[in-house]
Amino acid sequence: MLVILRLLRQKYRSMSEAVNFEIDETGEDGVSLRFAGNLIITEIGDMDSRLRKLDYPVSSIDLSGVSRIDTIGAWIIERTAREHQAQILHANDEAARLLQRVSEQQVENIPKLFNPIPIKRILHEIGDAVVTSTRTMIAFMGFIGQVVISFLTILIHPSRLRLNALVMRFEFVGLRALAIVGLMSFLIGIVIAQQGAVQLRQFGAEVFTINLIGRLTFRELGVLMTAIMVAGRSGSAFAAQIGTMKITEEIDAMRTIGVSPIEALVLPRTLATIMWMPLLGFYASIMAIIGGGLLCWIVLEIPPATYIQRLREVTPLTDFYIGLIKAPVFGAIIAMAGCFQGLQVKNNAEEVGLKTTAAVVQAIFLVIVLDAFFAVFFSGIGWD
Amino acid sequence: MTSNQNVIEVSDLRNAFGEHVVHEHLNLNVRRGEILGVVGGSGTGKSVLMRSIIGLQQPSAGDIRVLDENLLDDDTRNDNEVRRRWGVLFQGGALFSTLTVAENVQVPLREFYPHFDQELLDEIAMTKILLSGLPADAACKFPSELSGGMKKRAGLARALAMDPELLFLDEPTAGLDPIGAAKFDGLTRELQETLGLTVFLITHDLDTLHAICDRVAVIADKEIIAIGKIEELLKSKHPWIHEYFSGPRGRAANQGYG
Repeated sequence: MLVILRLLRQKYRSMSEAVNFEIDETGEDGVSLRFAGNLIITEIGDMDSRLRKLDYPVSSIDLSGVSRIDTIGAWIIERTAREHQAQILHANDEAARLLQRVSEQQVENIPKLFNPIPIKRILHEIGDAVVTSTRTMIAFMGFIGQVVISFLTILIHPSRLRLNALVMRFEFVGLRALAIVGLMSFLIGIVIAQQGAVQLRQFGAEVFTINLIGRLTFRELGVLMTAIMVAGRSGSAFAAQIGTMKITEEIDAMRTIGVSPIEALVLPRTLATIMWMPLLGFYASIMAIIGGGLLCWIVLEIPPATYIQRLREVTPLTDFYIGLIKAPVFGAIIAMAGCFQGLQVKNNAEEVGLKTTAAVVQAIFLVIVLDAFFAVFFSGIGWD
Repeated sequence: MTSNQNVIEVSDLRNAFGEHVVHEHLNLNVRRGEILGVVGGSGTGKSVLMRSIIGLQQPSAGDIRVLDENLLDDDTRNDNEVRRRWGVLFQGGALFSTLTVAENVQVPLREFYPHFDQELLDEIAMTKILLSGLPADAACKFPSELSGGMKKRAGLARALAMDPELLFLDEPTAGLDPIGAAKFDGLTRELQETLGLTVFLITHDLDTLHAICDRVAVIADKEIIAIGKIEELLKSKHPWIHEYFSGPRGRAANQGYG
């Protein structure tokens, strides 16, 4: 505590030991300012604002009592002298040299940034957002096209597939996600079973909890929750990795060497995610069913054998197919959104963060929109 | 003011990364008001030396005093006081990428003098920006909009923000065209003269050494093998120094200033 206080006192000492000036009013066409002490940044304190508040003419500035001066002190003297058209007297060599140096420069005000009235600004921002999102959408379409073309090229020349990169992504996207996806799904299974049991008990229909678990996990939640987890884990990582490479000019280096960034960076990531999503989705569903089964066994006293028996009766195979069909599509969207946003990074480190966030938001949003389409579609073809 | 004539005193410095020893028994004194050039082959630890002096690299042994303060001991009370009195220009400028040039210059000022008005801060920033040779309209630009040379000047403006007594420059002219490099040299000399700076300058640029350095220190074999005026170094028999100053580039620079 004492140390902190001492540090603070040190830091603000400059305020109390402010350099001072006296006002001598004997002059005819204005007052004379007589400065004393050190005109250096550490001792200036509030001198600047006091000088700005002078509202009578100053005819001369006397520096004879000044022992040390720095550029900031010199600038304040120079500015005051310029504003009042005052003469500077008795400046020592050091002060004269600095004043000379400072007066040579035409110090202009820093141009103010564009800052219109609020209502205009709101309209401006809305317009800006509309234009940006439209542009992003078109660019994203173009990007998907590029990825597809690059994929077709690889189908024709399979030797150009970067197997090492693909395997590395396999490990990151899939293998290392197993623990967290498994735990998450297991808990979700428990939550569904518990909520189902509480609600359905009111109708004496606890046994339908099994329908709820089986159908919901295979058809919707298994894949959807996996997609959200993968978007948060891998989509964001893709955006951050590629974004950083963009800033360090690695992507430009690739292009000049003749390596296509789409082929080298985007395709391995996309393929890995597409291949892993169905596996992870299925695995998540199974974990949710185990979690739900555990709760049914403990709370509803349904033994595992009965649980599985019932599950097989009520869950149609089409639910499993639906999950399996949706998963790779979601995977493709997540990976491509991540890589796309990464490639949009320009200029600075803040952009990497912004684009990473954008990648996750965009991926989850698109996944949920697509999921709604899939739901309508599969009902339409009679898979309900 | 201190009566000590040495602004930086490094004694018996040892720096090692794992098994790899960079400095061993390195001694160096920098005198008040001089421009000291530090040269040495790539990988001899010039930047590591600078990082040790400014406290970014913890040496494994040795003693470093900067402006009469030991930055390595546990007593951190006066450390910020020292940081307020020096300015550092990193190789790439190391500007904060999300701030404009003017805001970059104001960062140290805001940190140490929070009571300054925005108006004064803007004026100080502008003074420093012009002082470092940038045009006025660079003030509201972001670092990504600047060329390499302008970034260095903006970095210099930030280093000068607090009117330091001591200025560290890490390869200030690397990557600049010869005209820009010569201008930067002139600027360094001029600032040193008007502001009474002490400059610790790491460089590979033989022209810079000839043009502005009062003394030159040579790092080789993990220590400072020679330090002195450039004419003295030219007479040195050490093979590396001989090759450095008498190689084709060294000879050309020599003739230019001969």
